[in-house]
Amino acid sequence: MKERSFTKRLTAGLVPAVPYLWLGVFFLVPFLIVLKISLSDPAVAQPPYKPVFEWSDIAGFFSALDLENFELLTQDDLYLRATLSSVRIAALSTVLLLLVGFPIAYGMARAPERHRSLLVALVILPFWTSFLIRIYAWIAILKPEGLLTQALMGIGLISEPIEILNTEWAVYIGIVYAYLPFMVLPLYATLEKMDDTLLEAALDLGSTPWRSFWTITVPLAMPGIIAGSLLCFIPAVGEFVIPDLLGGSETLMIGRQLWSEFFSNRDWPLASAVAILLLIILVVPIVIYRDVEARRVETRP
Amino acid sequence: MNRRLSLFNVTSLVLGFAFLYLPILLLVIYSFNASRLVTVWGGFSTQWYGALFRNEALIEAAWVTLRIALLSASLATVLGTLAALALTRYGRFTGRTLFTGMIYAPMVMPEVITGLSLLLFFVAIDLDRGFWTVTLAHTTLTMCFVTVVVQSRLMTFDRSLEEAAMDLGAPPLRTFFSVTLPLIAPSIVAGFLLAFTLSLDDLVIASFNTGPGATTLPIKIYSQVRLGLSPEINAASTILIGLVTLGVISATLISKRSAMRSRRAIA
Repeated sequence: MKERSFTKRLTAGLVPAVPYLWLGVFFLVPFLIVLKISLSDPAVAQPPYKPVFEWSDIAGFFSALDLENFELLTQDDLYLRATLSSVRIAALSTVLLLLVGFPIAYGMARAPERHRSLLVALVILPFWTSFLIRIYAWIAILKPEGLLTQALMGIGLISEPIEILNTEWAVYIGIVYAYLPFMVLPLYATLEKMDDTLLEAALDLGSTPWRSFWTITVPLAMPGIIAGSLLCFIPAVGEFVIPDLLGGSETLMIGRQLWSEFFSNRDWPLASAVAILLLIILVVPIVIYRDVEARRVETRP
Repeated sequence: MNRRLSLFNVTSLVLGFAFLYLPILLLVIYSFNASRLVTVWGGFSTQWYGALFRNEALIEAAWVTLRIALLSASLATVLGTLAALALTRYGRFTGRTLFTGMIYAPMVMPEVITGLSLLLFFVAIDLDRGFWTVTLAHTTLTMCFVTVVVQSRLMTFDRSLEEAAMDLGAPPLRTFFSVTLPLIAPSIVAGFLLAFTLSLDDLVIASFNTGPGATTLPIKIYSQVRLGLSPEINAASTILIGLVTLGVISATLISKRSAMRSRRAIA
């Protein structure tokens, strides 16, 4: 009997232990390695970096660490500019996403109930199709002789081709397009639960629709606004595919910088240092996001 | 509740969905273009589909991608379901904060970080890059999504059913397999499909962790896209979009029918 309860506890303990261990090995340990490599020397770092760790040589291990790669990051203002422009592009894209996503989510929440699940499915469907393909589709639209130019010239709105591809605008369009479901769905989830009688009461008491929108709808939708914004902002800062395919060579973004340090310059320690830099920028938003998400999932009725 | 759609609501829905679907629609239309120039219409033709099926490198890449997606999604489904059970049924175990952090972080973490860190890990443990490293990387990323999907189902279903089974003497494992599992099965399927598509779709993490003989479809497409637009890519994309649409529609119909059946069973 005693033995049986022991095996039972053992099998029960396996439930959290297996995924825990997996994430520890494949998520946490790799981070520590990135940290270690970002602190190791690029000169001796062939091929392309020194052996990671020798237990017998702990003192040597720590003394070999230095901040050289990070000094390199501060010396060349390319990285500072890339960081600032990533944060700027991600922040502005998030604002644009809110502006585009809110009316859509609001319209969905006010649609007749029998149509709502169809509308949700329609928002999700593009997300299931390849991200790369959806970005690729925009190249044909935005390029100088592309479909947008043809359409606008066709209706006589412009007389010369417009340059959108390979500018920052193309990046904004790409991010808004690709991330829209991540903004609309959290917004819809909060707006759908909203009690309409509050708005009616406000109107009855003489409030203007504009004012009741700001004093009632927006505060009630705040959890969705926060979740959606973080869900878009965090990955957008490190975005690689969109600036690479749509942004042209002038669009500086940190994720792209990391990619080229790694694949073109083969400088793994510097790429790791860039990864750590990116992580430092994002650690606060990620922690907030985790708290928001964990609370949202656990307080659901 | 008497909600009425205003003109503003209708306009924003129409414009929003046009924005979401027009680019995909154009991509599909131009896959049937006779001209090699992707943006100039030169008449209807299916020649690019023919070219596609003669492109052996692309077909090989598609097979590799499919195998990786199947394997990693299966692993991720098991791991993610276990993680969801741990989060909902085990209360406050030691290290729970770290655990939820490790679940939620990979979902928003820029892929370049996840990709690079896993690659450096695989190099550190001296694992040759290729099929297995991409599979392991995808499993790690996608299990977090499975966890969230299954967890939200576990939070909402009626716990008293489990309690009833246990009160009637069913051991925990049996309760799990005959009560809990059937109840959360739809969410497990949904989680698997999500993991499968995410793996199918991933470019960045696969690029970091791939090796000889493990070129996935997104990597192949990306390298062609960098060389310029090609109607062949449009054709390949159209096939993928068609498959996914078909899959999503049939999954929706199946879940709707099973929901109706269970409603009838209760009534």
